[in-house]
Amino acid sequence: MTILVLAEHEGGALKAATLNTVTAAQKIGGDIHVLVAGDNIAAVAAEAAKISGVAKVLSADAAQYGHHLAEPLAALIVGIAGSYSHILAPATTSGKNVCPRVAALLDVAQISEITAVVGADTFVRPIYAGNALATVQSKDAVKVITVRATGFEAAGTSGTAAIEAVSPATDPGLSSFVSQELSKSERPELTSARVIISGGRGMQSGENFPLLEAVADKLGAAVGASRAAVDAGFVPNDLQVGQTGKIVAPDLYIAVGISGAIQHLAGMKDSKVIVAINKDEEAPIFQVADYGLVADLFKAVPELAEKL
Amino acid sequence: MKVLVAAKRVIDYNVKIRVKADNSGVETANVKFSMNPFDEIAVEEAVRLKEAGKATEIVVVSIGPATAQETLRTALAMGADRGILVQTDDEIQPLAVAKLLKAVVDKEAPGLVILGKQAIDDDSNQTGQMLAALLGWSQGTFASKIEIGDKLTVTREVDGGLETVSLALPAVVTSDLRLNEPRYASLPNIMKAKKKPIDVTNPGDLGVDVAPRLVTLKVEEPPKRAAGIKVPDVATLVDKLKNEAKVI
Repeated sequence: MTILVLAEHEGGALKAATLNTVTAAQKIGGDIHVLVAGDNIAAVAAEAAKISGVAKVLSADAAQYGHHLAEPLAALIVGIAGSYSHILAPATTSGKNVCPRVAALLDVAQISEITAVVGADTFVRPIYAGNALATVQSKDAVKVITVRATGFEAAGTSGTAAIEAVSPATDPGLSSFVSQELSKSERPELTSARVIISGGRGMQSGENFPLLEAVADKLGAAVGASRAAVDAGFVPNDLQVGQTGKIVAPDLYIAVGISGAIQHLAGMKDSKVIVAINKDEEAPIFQVADYGLVADLFKAVPELAEKL
Repeated sequence: MKVLVAAKRVIDYNVKIRVKADNSGVETANVKFSMNPFDEIAVEEAVRLKEAGKATEIVVVSIGPATAQETLRTALAMGADRGILVQTDDEIQPLAVAKLLKAVVDKEAPGLVILGKQAIDDDSNQTGQMLAALLGWSQGTFASKIEIGDKLTVTREVDGGLETVSLALPAVVTSDLRLNEPRYASLPNIMKAKKKPIDVTNPGDLGVDVAPRLVTLKVEEPPKRAAGIKVPDVATLVDKLKNEAKVI
């Protein structure tokens, strides 16, 4: 068995989710190859070669892979898929975009967002917004899988894999990149932060989010939000935690002014410790919170920042 | 341009689901079903394209048991022109759905297919991408804005923010939550929708093998969190986090 892991990278650096995906690959067992596709990616390939447990890094360096467009990337992966029993990618927007395209081209099912490996063909994945866990067995020859990063530890970085160039596949020419608008943040990335403080509708406006930032600064935390806060325009939508946003599992999750709808819980209920600050003592968030504080957030949050 | 929309009947998003005692699945008897929320957004976008003069006809497709007709009627009441039900009581997984939709696309020849980004029951997020692959079309997933010209310009919600891509038409688009705010069907439109046509077909007639590729061995409840405590004030909270939970 040989396993192909699709590396996720941005701005010349490997993204952390790739390391969690390699751990999932190790649990399946077999030789692990990492595919780094992009434009001018020598540094990323070198970084990938250092991941523990990786036997070989395949580097596909061509302009057409510069923006991770699904059409050329899927063509590339399908071209080399013949040598692999498993194809894994992190369940990021990029992985979710390309993997099902690869699976359909190979005429196999995809197994989305696995959180555990039971055997080489059997995996656990959450369904119904994380309210049930399904154990599924694949009958396909090639298993195409996306990996939920929070389900697996990050692999170490003490490896010394060889890097091999692969020639680019023909670009189907169906799509082109126009522009991107990335949110700038000095804070840790949501999906890999150790502490997260999130605000919901109770924050009342975007101007009140600096209250959370004051706490985040003290804890080195990332700031997140519920869908209500995003829809109300308080914060950009890439901060959204939940079924339709990011799935996080930090050591400490502080939910402020968040009622705790099923869809929000789907994104954070695997956090080690959950704190809820809400003035409504009936809010469902208190049913999953390890520590609940029934209080007005506009008093409690500044006090929290001060006491830390 | 004809627009094809795919809509799935799922357990209503507000329902707290229950896992069956024999771990074979979740309880679906006597549970409220509705159209998948992302599919409502897909239907709404198609209707808006028609209202803007960009789309000529909207065909909505659903795959599932006879009760999926209700989902089609909802879409018709929102403004779709006609429906197609691919009726089956079998479990249909995303790859099979994509193949069935491809068969419908081959017949209907739409210029654009809009789907939701994921169904809130299986949370797969696969069907749109798979359909694009099978058709050899471009894909615009997680769309929060679309503009039709000679090409399709799609703004996509990606992890770090937004990304805009230009796609060759015909194309497949999957809707994200912020693409639009779906309208409510008015009572007169619900009545009118009853007269709109729905064609009923089945996987056999479409020549598609829908055998599942994944076998669900069991479905379990996720581990329950231990009951937490309420703290009286911020000072106690900080103390607990420092000394009891040791997370700060």
